[in-house]
Amino acid sequence: MKGNEAIAEAAIRAGCRHYFGYPITPQTEVAAYMSKRMPKIGGTFLQAESEVAAINMVYGVSAAGKRVMTSSSSPGVSLKQEGISYLAGSDLPALIVNVQRGGPGLGGIQPSQSDYFQATKGGGHGDYHLIVLAPASVQEMADLTGLAFDLADKYRMPSMLLADGTMGQMMEPVELPDKEPEMIEKPWALTGTQMKREHNIVNSLYLDPEELERINFERYERYKKVAENETRYESYMMDDAEICIVAFGIAARVSKNAVNAARQKGVKAGLIRPITLWPFPEKPIAEAADKVKAFISVELSMGQMIEDVKLASSCKKPVYLCNRTGGMIPSFDQVLDAIMNAAGGDK
Amino acid sequence: MTTEILIAGFGGQGVLFAGKFLAYKGLLEGRQLSWLPSYGPEMRGGTASCSMVLSDEPVGSPIIANPDILIAMNLPSMDRYEPTVKPGGVMLADSSLIDRKAERTDIKVFYVPATKLAQEIGTPGLANMIMTGKLIKECGVISYDSVEETLHKIIPASKAAMFEKNLKAIECGYNYE
Amino acid sequence: MAVIFSKPKSLTDAPMHYCPGCTHGIIHRLVAQAIDDLGIEGRTVGVAPVGCAVFAYNYFACDMVEAAHGRAPAVATGLKRANPDNIVFTYQGDGDLASIGTAETVHSATRNENITIIFVNNAIYGMTGGQMAPTSLPGQVTQTSPYGRDTNTVGFPVRVCEMLATLDGPEYVARVAVNNVKNVNQARRAIKKAFENQINGKGFSLIEVVSSCPTNWGMSPQDALKWVDEKMIPYYPLGVFKDRSAAKEGK
Repeated sequence: MKGNEAIAEAAIRAGCRHYFGYPITPQTEVAAYMSKRMPKIGGTFLQAESEVAAINMVYGVSAAGKRVMTSSSSPGVSLKQEGISYLAGSDLPALIVNVQRGGPGLGGIQPSQSDYFQATKGGGHGDYHLIVLAPASVQEMADLTGLAFDLADKYRMPSMLLADGTMGQMMEPVELPDKEPEMIEKPWALTGTQMKREHNIVNSLYLDPEELERINFERYERYKKVAENETRYESYMMDDAEICIVAFGIAARVSKNAVNAARQKGVKAGLIRPITLWPFPEKPIAEAADKVKAFISVELSMGQMIEDVKLASSCKKPVYLCNRTGGMIPSFDQVLDAIMNAAGGDK
Repeated sequence: MTTEILIAGFGGQGVLFAGKFLAYKGLLEGRQLSWLPSYGPEMRGGTASCSMVLSDEPVGSPIIANPDILIAMNLPSMDRYEPTVKPGGVMLADSSLIDRKAERTDIKVFYVPATKLAQEIGTPGLANMIMTGKLIKECGVISYDSVEETLHKIIPASKAAMFEKNLKAIECGYNYE
Repeated sequence: MAVIFSKPKSLTDAPMHYCPGCTHGIIHRLVAQAIDDLGIEGRTVGVAPVGCAVFAYNYFACDMVEAAHGRAPAVATGLKRANPDNIVFTYQGDGDLASIGTAETVHSATRNENITIIFVNNAIYGMTGGQMAPTSLPGQVTQTSPYGRDTNTVGFPVRVCEMLATLDGPEYVARVAVNNVKNVNQARRAIKKAFENQINGKGFSLIEVVSSCPTNWGMSPQDALKWVDEKMIPYYPLGVFKDRSAAKEGK
């Protein structure tokens, strides 16, 4: 199964019955899959007039209390930022999938991770975060889609699956969940009062600055809980590692091979792979900072996550960048060279 | 054991389909695998390609730098990827479209006039599967068993006629000396 | 004592923030009255715009959501698709609906989305202090057209009803006004019909209400209502521009 199709099928199995999108490469398979399946299961597939309309349709379904998603690629996700900020400001859960391509501007259609800042630092206007999940296999495209819905509902905030073109186009065996999804009550949802309760209001407008400040502080208390409870990462060969690679998505796959090769050459390399990019796995990196000689941030960008690696490690050890951008992927050799250089430079 | 297979050719030569066949074949054999089409930076210079990794362990990177096995369906693909094949690896070349011999001496090379054969046996356009048949025969990565089952998996029932042709092409490649 | 006039149940007790002489109050009342009359308050969900009516979510007693500027029809689409049994309406001004939200308006109409849109056209951006609107009249002086709307440089006003009536999609498109008793009564009937259409599954209904803005027009409320008659209605003629069901029945 292709990564993009895995997302779509996993979303349906997670109880998502509403999908709104707008065509853009390289995530078209998600929409195509949804357009085939949704009508057969009583769901909604709607190709919206724009990315802006699509995300606001998502806003509507979410306000009505139902699981809902949209998917796009980088330029389209930029357009969605208005709606994403409103979702965050109104405490509405939803899943936004970004199968990233190279940028800025129209960029290219090849895989990229250069929307890292946009995804992890908010993206639209205002104080907010999304839960950002970074799959590194087709299996995770499916698993993290389900998780994204659960976490979004649990913490009443939008979540984002931050994938890239490789993950979307790649086929790998995948086991899909066949359990009924657990849905939580949403007493805040707009379903009509049925004349049985006070009217619900879903809103992000607070003209009283003290009130808006209070609400922002409350929201960040919730974010703190997300960071405490939901930070996820994979640690590979880190027990005795002297060189620590930090990489996510396809960059982590390439890096893992390079770690193995470096070990064969006698260099103790390891990998920390963030699965949640927000909340960022600060703790394992902070711990590694006391043990390793150097970090290498492997990215498909000009170096965005590297800033978080530096912050998390308090710059105790050098943090090198090993990167390609614009749609290029760091090669196995490039990552291996970076490891050998980092190891050698310290000797 | 991990085997990295790269199939490259012109768009329209069925490069992706041949890869899909191998991927599903591997799946039926209980192997770990990844299949990555040339939606990617490697797609240039007139070649489309498809990377498969078959392994007994979870697949690391799905991106192949140095394939164990290369199927070159046209000259640009051979020019581009012949130098990348692992020493001791295998290259299969469609000799009806490629008029030069391999430069490498440290790899095993098989020349199969697949495009010509495909026309002769009445399965034009299935040079890809003839090459695949030859790969099964010579490389020992996957077995001939369950070829039919695999074809049933990837050819929709509505295109039953295609099943026979694909099978014929694979057999042709398998038996080509 | 006999009660001869009361507030519709579908309005809350929150005091409205609208300027003296503003017609939003009348239009809110007409919408609430329609909801009361049809007995649908318990299943109605309203979408508030960005603009003067931004606080509509405090005034209507049904479930309410605040949409981003111009996006109300998209939000309403989501609400309606999620819970088709709910009655979903948007309440939008001219900047919201006919400028920044033009695409959402046109496409929800062409999909014949089963929603009700109340479109308040007062030819000006009120909330932000009186800038030129997509519906400001040629020559109209506003904060951002201080020499009068120059159609050579900024083009002509958008006639939303006429534009939408060219589409095959929408069920019902009508323009009404609230500047005198007769017009208010007509508006009341049109708004009710727009909700009935949704209840009966007929699809997209848009009621444009030609309205006044004494504050930003710089007029007394009475003069503003007169200006509606003399300037607005000649440019925005009242009437039904599309009524598919009536047309089918040969009415």
